[in-house]
Amino acid sequence: MRKEIRFRLNGEPVSAQVAPHETLVEVLRAEFGLHGARESCGQGMCGCCTVLVNERAVSGCLYLASLCEDTDVRTIEEGKALDAVQQAFVEAGALQCGFCTPGFVLMTRQLLDEIPDPDEDDIRHYLSGNLCRCAAYPEIIEAVKLAARRRKTTQEGKR
Amino acid sequence: MKRAGQSTETPQVGRSVPRLESWLKVTGRAEYVHNLRLPGMLYGKIWRSTLAHGRIKRIDVAAAQAVGGVHRVVTGDDIRKLVPEPYYGPAFHDQPILAIDKVRYVGEPVAVVLASDPHVAEEAAHLITAEYEELPAVYDEVEAVNSNAIVHDALKPAGTFPDLKHLKGRANTNVALDFHLRRGDAETALKEAHRVFEHRFRTQQVMHTPLEPLVSAAESTESSLTIHTASQSPSFVRMEIARLLGWPENRVRVRVPFLGGGFGAKLYIKLEALVSVLSLITKKPVKISLTMEEQFFTITKHASTFRIKSGVSREGRIVARECEVWWNGGAYADIGPRVTQKSGFTAPGPYDIDNVLVDSYALYTNLPPAGALRGFGIPQLVWAYEGHTDMMARSLGIDPIEFRRKNLLREGRPQATGTVLRDAAIEKVLDRLAALMDWQKPFERGTSPVKRGRGIAIGFKACVSPTTSLAAVNINADGSCTVYCSTADMGQGSDTAMAQIAGEVLNMAAESVTVVHSDTDVTPYDMATLGSRSLFHMGNAVKLAAEDAKRKLESLREELKLPADAEVGEVFKKKYGIQQGSVVGTASYVPSYKSPDQNGLTDNATPFWMVGGTGVELEVDTETGRVRITRLVNVADVGTPINPRIVETQLSGAAIMQLGFSLFEKMQFDGSGQLRNASFAEYKIPGLLDLPAEIVNEAVVAEQRNGPFGGKGVGETGTFGVSPAIANAIDDAVGVRLTSLPMNPEAVFNAISAVAGQK
Repeated sequence: MRKEIRFRLNGEPVSAQVAPHETLVEVLRAEFGLHGARESCGQGMCGCCTVLVNERAVSGCLYLASLCEDTDVRTIEEGKALDAVQQAFVEAGALQCGFCTPGFVLMTRQLLDEIPDPDEDDIRHYLSGNLCRCAAYPEIIEAVKLAARRRKTTQEGKR
Repeated sequence: MKRAGQSTETPQVGRSVPRLESWLKVTGRAEYVHNLRLPGMLYGKIWRSTLAHGRIKRIDVAAAQAVGGVHRVVTGDDIRKLVPEPYYGPAFHDQPILAIDKVRYVGEPVAVVLASDPHVAEEAAHLITAEYEELPAVYDEVEAVNSNAIVHDALKPAGTFPDLKHLKGRANTNVALDFHLRRGDAETALKEAHRVFEHRFRTQQVMHTPLEPLVSAAESTESSLTIHTASQSPSFVRMEIARLLGWPENRVRVRVPFLGGGFGAKLYIKLEALVSVLSLITKKPVKISLTMEEQFFTITKHASTFRIKSGVSREGRIVARECEVWWNGGAYADIGPRVTQKSGFTAPGPYDIDNVLVDSYALYTNLPPAGALRGFGIPQLVWAYEGHTDMMARSLGIDPIEFRRKNLLREGRPQATGTVLRDAAIEKVLDRLAALMDWQKPFERGTSPVKRGRGIAIGFKACVSPTTSLAAVNINADGSCTVYCSTADMGQGSDTAMAQIAGEVLNMAAESVTVVHSDTDVTPYDMATLGSRSLFHMGNAVKLAAEDAKRKLESLREELKLPADAEVGEVFKKKYGIQQGSVVGTASYVPSYKSPDQNGLTDNATPFWMVGGTGVELEVDTETGRVRITRLVNVADVGTPINPRIVETQLSGAAIMQLGFSLFEKMQFDGSGQLRNASFAEYKIPGLLDLPAEIVNEAVVAEQRNGPFGGKGVGETGTFGVSPAIANAIDDAVGVRLTSLPMNPEAVFNAISAVAGQK
């Protein structure tokens, strides 16, 4: 039943034995000890399980691991130092319990890659698929704006 | 956050220290029980009742047991072999670990399948069947008072609450607790009043939906048990599991890392008793992680009905008030009786009324259990009394703020229970609310079909009492500091606040202080992280423990004849010949309290009051019933904010959560008690698109004199006024009054149509 798949995980080539029904989040947890993408609603409605596959955000709790063969998978654990988005979330206090935070950070990076200078409406719409039950939404909007300013001034551009 | 006239800032307290765990959370590395995997662990999948009320005739687990990879299937009978009386609960020992003899709501746990592969456990659970003898069921809290459907054969109050003892063995009733308060003579005063108003309000059942769903794991040996759990009350878990097993508490260890949200859902016993007995039965570690759907069958917020009646004098003074409140507690009492009593204290609202009568009832029904949810009953009460207040003001032709001012409960005056109001800035909150809403200025009313309106509401709460917190503060030999406390950081920032308080005492940066997470083998007793009590109670305990450590260090310096400014390292070097050792300060904090007498009166109901006010400007689309909030103003008395940034996030976060409960969240049941919308696809919580265009938060200048550095709790304060402020603003916009939550487009449209039809 299990088959081996090979993919890149946070820049490193890896392989894993996966069953056809196993989701990407399950494999990241069980095989690689990565817990930043996490299942919450189990329906792709909340964004807590966000993972980037070939630079596009997917719902890791619905995305089958076997579809990751030969792809580039990136999670919140990538990178050693905080990037401008993570730094902005810390400074703006844009997190409370932290369970949704990785999903928001990954989606914010994707937002700023597409729209480097988003207005409030852009932010609200782009991140509307991510839920925060603690409702740190005003702080999250502030963090996105702060990150956008930082990325512009530091010419950080695309990660 | 705005704060008129900032208080003097001390180095640690009053500083917006970024959360200590920020790095862990933005990199996905924070520890949650959700992440935990123990070697050899079994996953449990719960099989649940499909019937609201019935006698269990037969449970057939054979097919499930036969599935390859299934380790074992466990039912209530198996549990009774290990624990003869497997019933738990903070107020009543009424909830079985798995259903025994009867099921009392749809979704009640009946059996558990254990397997090392969670998918196998889930698949096998689908194969379980049961046969029931159906019993009549009751769902409505008011009907439950006189219903023939009796949820529990006899009441079983827990010994821990002396005031519930008289309920022991009471049969043939669904009333789990009745609280009565009598002050003055409401009946006569109502007869003599110039005008009398009576209204009835309802709130709906909703769920906390923490994004980390409820999760617990247990591992055991012959003589010990370790429970890893997403719990707001580790000390209670240890006590209750030890009681169930007949073990001493020191053989039960409860560990709690970060919580992915709590809001009251993760209190008392949820999955802890189940995973504990499963681990003891199988002699393997067992973990149960609920799905989002299953959370709705575990704990919820009380639906309620509130009949409120007030007599008003010719001068516009409220002279009497009658409050009758029914709380829908669902099938198990959980902390419902405490909600009924403690919220009963303030049911008449923040008004100075001489004649008050309160009757508050906790009811059993055949719905999922209800407990504490961010406000402990207060938002349900404010919804009613602040709607009522506006309705009276309108009818009397008095401006709603003016009417409130005329009747406001002021500092130094006795509240309904007789407890005198101290450090409760009700008047200031109302004043600042009026100012921030530009209440005196003309208001743009919009043009058909979109009408504009504005409204305000204020509420207050007596913090639950008496409760105890203990803390220890360790000064290490290198001068660094470690705080030990059992407060759970579920996102409210308690780690950071405790570090700031200890840092303030010890004159060190909060960022350098480490706060050890709850581990009942390590951290001392704490009642629980609930009801906005931790900053005040645990904050006081940490402050006292830090002062104790500081004193001990000072006397060590004296003993060793070292100068007062000698480095900590020097002290240890001289004492032990090497820079090693530690100084541990300890403290406990328990405020004084007096139980209410037979009339519900006491002169010491609470150690502190929480005060919150909300102002709302909104648009109502009269063609669709859709309400759009354009401005949300939150004003609160939080004492001195220990961490202004976190306080602001708590205020606005609570208000936005309550916005969901006000406008759209509702657990929808069909006629047979089946929940129809137990998922985020069908049960919507607030997202970024639901956010008001503008949010203003303000902490009024205030000080809680018995609080740590003037601070007090804030977790719930933002919820108080939201729902009634919206209803009042809708009334202002389109002249219709909603008395039932949620105020979704359908409800608003129907109300507008009904009024139009009358004309």
